[in-house]
Amino acid sequence: MSFLQLSTLLRGEPQADRVVPPTGFTARLTLFAAAAMAFLAVFALALSLATGRLASNWSEELARSSTLRISAPAEQVAAQTEAALQVLATTSGVARARALSREEQQALLEPWFGPDLPVDSLPIPQLIEIIEDGEGYDPDGLRLRLAAEVPGAVLDDHGRWRRPLVKAAGRIRALGLLSLLLIGGVTAAMITLAANSALAANAQVIAVLRLVGARDDFIARAFVRRFTFRAFWGASLGMALGLAALLALPEAQAEGGFLTGLGLRGWHWVWPLVLPFVAAFVSFLATGGAARRMLRRLA
Amino acid sequence: MLFPPCAAIASAGAILQKDKAVEGAYVIELDNLAYSYGGGELLSDISLRLTPGSFHFLTGPSGAGKTTFLKLCYGALVPTAGHALLFGKDVRQMTRDEIAEIRRRVGVVHQDCQFLDHLTVSENIALPLMVSGRDVSSEAHNLKELIAWCGLTHRADARPPELSGGERQRAALARAVIMSPDIILADEPTGNVDWEMSERLLSLLVELNRMGKTVMIATHDLALIRAAKSRVQARVLRIAKRRLQLAGADL
Repeated sequence: MSFLQLSTLLRGEPQADRVVPPTGFTARLTLFAAAAMAFLAVFALALSLATGRLASNWSEELARSSTLRISAPAEQVAAQTEAALQVLATTSGVARARALSREEQQALLEPWFGPDLPVDSLPIPQLIEIIEDGEGYDPDGLRLRLAAEVPGAVLDDHGRWRRPLVKAAGRIRALGLLSLLLIGGVTAAMITLAANSALAANAQVIAVLRLVGARDDFIARAFVRRFTFRAFWGASLGMALGLAALLALPEAQAEGGFLTGLGLRGWHWVWPLVLPFVAAFVSFLATGGAARRMLRRLA
Repeated sequence: MLFPPCAAIASAGAILQKDKAVEGAYVIELDNLAYSYGGGELLSDISLRLTPGSFHFLTGPSGAGKTTFLKLCYGALVPTAGHALLFGKDVRQMTRDEIAEIRRRVGVVHQDCQFLDHLTVSENIALPLMVSGRDVSSEAHNLKELIAWCGLTHRADARPPELSGGERQRAALARAVIMSPDIILADEPTGNVDWEMSERLLSLLVELNRMGKTVMIATHDLALIRAAKSRVQARVLRIAKRRLQLAGADL
């Protein structure tokens, strides 16, 4: 199947198109199948793109920062914080390190304990925010040094809880892509079945065309063109409905978290527009294969 | 009466005609051909050479294999033994596309004429032009003349299922000759038509033959054969007991 064939196909031959009688049932079946599959594909696409986005956000935002927690008796906190900052200042890979102020720590706790919490009266550990530079530091080496100099320090490089989340997001994304492949495969299967049924129903038409000197290509094209256009318009319809449903989802909000972030962002809106063309191409290949297989068996 | 469609056909085919220099001395050459199916041999040991411009009748009892014989002559069937050469090329070695090309040079009228029932009679007659990629609208005049001569003008926009048996037969003949083929193979073309129409169909076939086209008509109709013999040098072939024989001059 060459580019030339595809372009001849798209240009259409109004004369030749008429040699195949219009068949209401398979036409509706193909339209429906393509529409339903495109509708599902929009969601599989949105899921893949959203989890992909989520995974990369998490990795990027969290990879660059880590936290040092200093739990020590109240009178030693200031000294140990100072010592820890000293260690960090001489650690390669650490761009900046900063002890959080009392107000900042209170703000962090607020969502859990409310604004009235008397932070001063509680033995809250001091937090130090570490921002890495481009190369990053060696967490194990840092832990060893801290253990020697600042006994109350616990380094949390976020990797412990970041990694499984990123992994989960990656898995969901892979599942989304697999779903897209399956949807494509099922579309091809359905269109092949519909094309086979149309070819069988038109056995007499094919016999007459062969008798008057039509080549297999000519006959196949008449069927292929029909199914390709049906799949295109069906998928366009399904895609439009899918996008409308996506738009109807509640907007992503800061506190909404994962679920409301399922929509598409920015240029990702282009992807669903590709679906009708993919459906048309799948249909082109499936019908062409079915027609050639059937014609080869005929006299 | 003159035969205007012949002139029309001649001009329609003029362009193609140039490319159609006969590759071999014979348009159809059958060499020790046999055809069997279901275990039994239907035709055996058949040798025949059709020269361009010859006129043949094919007779024989029903079920003797006349239709099978014609199908072997246009590549719809492949011989089970021996060789069938169409325009000098062995059917067995032809690709499907080559067979399609051959069909454009062989006009076939089937006993049970089949059409595309969703198209009009006129579109059906123009179908060979359409499938071979020629511009149907530029040949509209020829098409109209041909339809008129077959007496189908008033039926040109009807659908094939609305036609009577005779009208179907005429439409099938019109479709078979629209491409100005080198050979015309007709299977009982007068089976469903009255004598006057039989004569007209025969006249068209004789006229096409005079233009150099090879004609082979399978028929039971002895009156038709007699009528042809007065106008054209026709040979009569007979299939009997699986063999092809040249029938005597007594017909």
